[in-house]
Amino acid sequence: MARNHVTTTINGDPVEFLCDTEQTLLDVLRDELHLTGSKEGCASGDCGACSVTMDGRLVCACLVLAVETQGAEVETIEGMADGDRLHPLQQKFLDHAALQCGVCTPGFLVAAKSLLERNPDPTESEVRYWLAGNLCRCTGYDKIVRAVLDTAAEMRE
Amino acid sequence: MRYEVPETVDAAVALLAAANGSARILAGGTDLLVQLRAGLVEPDVVVDIKKISQTRQVTAQDGGFRVGAAVTGAELDEHPDLKKNWPGVVEAAELIGSTQVQGRATMGGNLCNASPAADSVPALIAAAATCQIAGPDGERTVPVESICTGPGKTILGTGEFVVSLILPARPPHSGDAYLRFIPRTEMDIAVVGVGVSLTLDGAGQCIAARVGLGAVAATALLVTEAADALVGTAVDEGAVEKMQQAVRAACRPIDDKRGTIAYRTQVSGVLAGRACRIALERAGEH
Repeated sequence: MARNHVTTTINGDPVEFLCDTEQTLLDVLRDELHLTGSKEGCASGDCGACSVTMDGRLVCACLVLAVETQGAEVETIEGMADGDRLHPLQQKFLDHAALQCGVCTPGFLVAAKSLLERNPDPTESEVRYWLAGNLCRCTGYDKIVRAVLDTAAEMRE
Repeated sequence: MRYEVPETVDAAVALLAAANGSARILAGGTDLLVQLRAGLVEPDVVVDIKKISQTRQVTAQDGGFRVGAAVTGAELDEHPDLKKNWPGVVEAAELIGSTQVQGRATMGGNLCNASPAADSVPALIAAAATCQIAGPDGERTVPVESICTGPGKTILGTGEFVVSLILPARPPHSGDAYLRFIPRTEMDIAVVGVGVSLTLDGAGQCIAARVGLGAVAATALLVTEAADALVGTAVDEGAVEKMQQAVRAACRPIDDKRGTIAYRTQVSGVLAGRACRIALERAGEH
């Protein structure tokens, strides 16, 4: 069976790859392109650890077939920092100790960035609902929510 | 497994018909990818319908709306006119999954996945929505409540797929609402879901009503007895109580970890009453 040839854009760079139809975007990011920042938690769209954006829309990479990214613009956690300069969200997650084991962190960061791009001044409730699809078993969420709200406040200044 | 991405309805129908039952339709993929991974389905071909323009647009039609089967929940939320006319339908679609899932999940998929607990379906039934289905013998239009025949089963024949959902024009003094019960506050599967749509006359008498009921039978139900209890009344407490009784009488739920038969039946009436009051309030606003 011929593999699918896909031309796409990931974090602003043109990328080409071959994939089987059943391979998800997450499979290709991690196993073919070695972009291992997006994590596989559940592989069923429940945990959000593989959150990426596709054409500006927040999605779970485990619920997208890699072949669907033909012609799309994909943004992953690897595109978040500008070289050594952390994105404000990344810095605030460190400042607030909003992580422990770190497996959920890339997904939270990508999801939170997507929220702040749409809503620069979210309420705590809006942050919690937006991030309801990102599961964290370490922090109890409070530090994450505070880090996002603090980032939003700083970015508005 | 082959991947096909047709750009026209006819091309999609030809691919589906040629696959002779071994094709799966890909819209948002939030159900299909999970089923593929679990080995529940093993199609020879996946037909992605998202490049067919009709499946991806919300357009005004006959005073109502034609909503493409592959329009996502997030996109519905970004359509102010649709939300204003059919707030209950949009709210129901938005209850499906997380922000990430909303970026992909579609009402067409929610319907055709044929889960009895699908959130958008009771709201679509209450809205008197119909499906535009394309197939080898041309197009047909079918009411939403006639699509599913049981868990995971639909009336769609080989080569057929749902292209769009049609929401009718909204008369003045109309309102709809959808409520579901889940044990959590977010991200769960309905134990009971109820959609109610009402139209009042200028004096506040109910002249049309529809009630859709989910997760309490093998398919979502249109409960005409519940609607009949409201029509011709001012949707006063007595009428609402009769409507609630009719809703409970229509329940044929299963007993499972999410709710017992008695519990689901009781809750269906409670939610129907609450959804009815919200629909009534909305009808008063327009």
